[in-house]
Amino acid sequence: MLIVLQLYFSFHSNDRQTEEAPVLSDMAEVEDTLKRIQGINGVIGTIVVNAEGIPIKTTLDNSTTVQYAGLLHQLTMKARSTVRDIDPQNDLTFLRIRSKKHEIMVSTDKEYLLIVIQNPAE
Amino acid sequence: MSSKRPKSKEARKSKGKDKSNETNPTPDGGALESGHPDYIFPLVLTSATQELFGCRADEDVTGENPYKLLKKEDIIKDMKTRASVSDFSPVKQLVLDYPEDELLLVFDRDFTYGQSFYLVLTVEAKENILKPSVEGDEEQMKEEEVEEEEMIIPKTPVSHPWISLGSEQEIEEESVTESRPRLRYKISPLLRHCGAPVCFSDRSALDEKEGFVECPSYQDKSFSIREMEKHTAIQASCDTKHSSTQTLWKYPKNMWTQYEPREFSPEEKEHHLRSEHLKNFITSVLIRFEISLQQNYITDVFCDDWTALCEDDGMLAGKTETQLKEYQTFMDLHFSKEKTISHVHWHPTISGVIAVAMTERLSLEERIDNSTKLLLNPSYILFWNFTDPINPQLQLECPDDVLCFQFCPSDPNIIAGGCMNGQVVLWDISAHVERLQDTRSSSKNISNKLDKNNVTPVVRYCAVSGIENGHKAPITDIQWLPETFELSKLGIPVENPSRISVQLVTCAPDCSVLFWDLRPPRVVSHSLTDVKQKSEEKPLENPHGVPNTFKHLNLTWKPFIRVSLPKIGSSGEYSPLKFSLRDNTVDSPTGDKPPQNTDREEGCGFAQLRVPSAKQQKPLENISTKLYVGTEEGELVYTDWKMEKDNDSGRLLSTKPIHRFPLHDTLVNTVSRSPFFKDIILTVGSSSFAIWKEGVTNGPILMSAFSKKMLTVGHWSLSRPAVFFIGKEDGSIEVWDLLQNTHEPSQSQNISSAGITCIRTSSISSKQHLLAVSDCLGTLHILQIPWTLRRSSNSEKQIVRKYLEKEEERLEYFEKRQIKHEKEKKEMEAEQQRKKTEPVLPLKQEEELEAEALKKYEQFLALEKDILKNMGLLNGMEDSSDM
Repeated sequence: MLIVLQLYFSFHSNDRQTEEAPVLSDMAEVEDTLKRIQGINGVIGTIVVNAEGIPIKTTLDNSTTVQYAGLLHQLTMKARSTVRDIDPQNDLTFLRIRSKKHEIMVSTDKEYLLIVIQNPAE
Repeated sequence: MSSKRPKSKEARKSKGKDKSNETNPTPDGGALESGHPDYIFPLVLTSATQELFGCRADEDVTGENPYKLLKKEDIIKDMKTRASVSDFSPVKQLVLDYPEDELLLVFDRDFTYGQSFYLVLTVEAKENILKPSVEGDEEQMKEEEVEEEEMIIPKTPVSHPWISLGSEQEIEEESVTESRPRLRYKISPLLRHCGAPVCFSDRSALDEKEGFVECPSYQDKSFSIREMEKHTAIQASCDTKHSSTQTLWKYPKNMWTQYEPREFSPEEKEHHLRSEHLKNFITSVLIRFEISLQQNYITDVFCDDWTALCEDDGMLAGKTETQLKEYQTFMDLHFSKEKTISHVHWHPTISGVIAVAMTERLSLEERIDNSTKLLLNPSYILFWNFTDPINPQLQLECPDDVLCFQFCPSDPNIIAGGCMNGQVVLWDISAHVERLQDTRSSSKNISNKLDKNNVTPVVRYCAVSGIENGHKAPITDIQWLPETFELSKLGIPVENPSRISVQLVTCAPDCSVLFWDLRPPRVVSHSLTDVKQKSEEKPLENPHGVPNTFKHLNLTWKPFIRVSLPKIGSSGEYSPLKFSLRDNTVDSPTGDKPPQNTDREEGCGFAQLRVPSAKQQKPLENISTKLYVGTEEGELVYTDWKMEKDNDSGRLLSTKPIHRFPLHDTLVNTVSRSPFFKDIILTVGSSSFAIWKEGVTNGPILMSAFSKKMLTVGHWSLSRPAVFFIGKEDGSIEVWDLLQNTHEPSQSQNISSAGITCIRTSSISSKQHLLAVSDCLGTLHILQIPWTLRRSSNSEKQIVRKYLEKEEERLEYFEKRQIKHEKEKKEMEAEQQRKKTEPVLPLKQEEELEAEALKKYEQFLALEKDILKNMGLLNGMEDSSDM
């Protein structure tokens, strides 16, 4: 298995959005965004994981989700500690793992992890 | 007091750089307390005098700057002017006596001498006061500097006089001094003896008793000197200590843990999903993902176009050599005369060794005529090695002509062959394996070879099957069952625990397919018979040096399953010539294979293996029990080998074949599965060949055109999924490449003058693939497969698969069309029938049609009128309609 880690060091600006009162719209927005990602060509599944590696939302079946969440959480922690060891001011933002069959993308945050698995169309 | 003075001065002078503040810059520091020295004269100066002389207290002169130099002349003038009123009057005389011009007036702030001012009367004192103050200032400054810098200035050692502390007494005691003057003695002989002649002689010390005086050492019992000092050496070393611990393990205990992943409850998930933080995170991260996902969609960054390009190109116009090159030819002078090769097989493990079965080149009638001669000339299977093209390495003796043979997949030293007389023969060449391997390595030593290998060793067969129980026709095909499963009595595949191939399948034109087991059959009655057998076996010798591997089978061997092939739809049976089993792989549940010891004596192995009882065996489910059989009549039969129990008679019967495909007009000489696709089969008849897919029952996926020359044998290429070789009767080989042409071979090459009997491929290394071709005349040709034919591109398998699928679809479509055609045909016939029975109807219909048409026309006219009326054009129309 061919794995290539591409670490992106970049700053991202938070979208400033006006807070609308009901909480439901937040949830709907989250759902919308996830649907949008899922709808992109080639995407096999998306998983939202919390800081401890417990999946919150997923489009795959339970066992696969749990496996992905656990493994990628550990890998992300390791990658993040690597980045920070090299430069304590830096932090990991995006992790891409390319294998023979799929590409796994992980985006990290203080509290959450978003995992997307894509089948790059050949 | 006077003594103190110089001391203080000296002290001051001697202490060069003294940090201590003892040397007070104030003149006469703390040394003097009472009285005043002679050169100091305390004065009281009135304010007028102070103004006059410019030494006002606390103004001109201060505590820090108490010195004021006054001119002598001024003082004298003042004294003159103010006579007795002048403050200086008490010192009048002193001032006059003062040698210098200037006198020092010091403001005594602290009233050290009783008054507020004092006059210094001597020049020396003045100098001293001024200088030490300057010095004191300097010292002060230095001290301040030093204090500021915080540096420790080392004290230069000052020599002190030695103070006796009592140590000199010890030294005096130790030292040796003369207590009295030395005594001097002078001894001289009497004068008269001087100068007299003297005679010297030798005398040994041992001669007389008194020759010498001895002072031996003796043990003095009263010795009482106490040793006061003793030289000892001491070395510090640590204590070493051995200790050990042992954990107590009272009893073994099985422990296990089971875990499951943590998950959120739905409420928690909801809670998280609603959080602001998550929303922000996802929306901020979305862009990144989109970019990356699209990147992947647009192009594959990791695809190496260069290498992919060169692969495709290589297939078309790469290397120019496309012909099969002759590598080596084997022909044995002794044994190949008038013989033909019936079967060829590469040794599975030893590269460069190939086994060839030689049979007589005679037809049936000739055989019968010459039967006696044939009995005297036994036939052989020869082993050839590339290193020695003249002499075969090994000869296996056969009871009769062997038409086919196979190496055992789990042990390449066991060879099973099927003979002309219907017997199955087994050889064990484990004793000669080193020979086959050795000669390969020592090819350079020709002299060695000449010594050793003049005689090719002949190996006699280990076991033959019983003639009554075996086939009644020459065995045309034999195959081993793989080591992963074995068959029970009913033909149900069960798990094979020993992981060695123990079962064979043979077929012959006597309409049966037989299954044989290498292990000794189950003995129901124990003890007596067993003991007898054992005792009988021991004295049996090996007359021909045959290993005891299959002693238990010899001459008593019989098959345990007999599959007959009843014809579908008619009575009689198919007579199989070749068959092909599906290559079934089984995942071993335990996941470990028992170690395959090559040193292990196979004899014990097979003899000790017992057919397990039916209860112990665990049936395997994934094994396909179906096989394809090519028959004498040119049909391909697809049947199942499982036996069924016939309810009426209780016997085991084989099931009827599932399919049969009559395709070839004469006998089928090859049924072979593709090594790449498990369900693709190549069958070769005399005039054509066909490719079949298992499961497709309509017909062959591909059928070749009829060829002018007879096709004798076919074989798939081992490295390229789309290539197979067809051997012909005129000694040429056709290379068919499905990707290039399906109507004609891509290449045809003539190898020999006689017909090809067998083709086999082997890959010695990745660079060298060899094709073994045997012909009717008994020659074995080894050809090298060129690069184009052995190198497959990455996608070749996929392309071939797609092609085959397309062909399959074509067949299905064909079928459907056929059905559709028939349907249409039927319908047409039905319609014709109907037309015939009802001829009146058409006329009636015409009349009705005319009436309807008229009605419609009138309706149309009315409509036209309405429209024109609405549009206002009716007037014109009325006029025209009138006309």
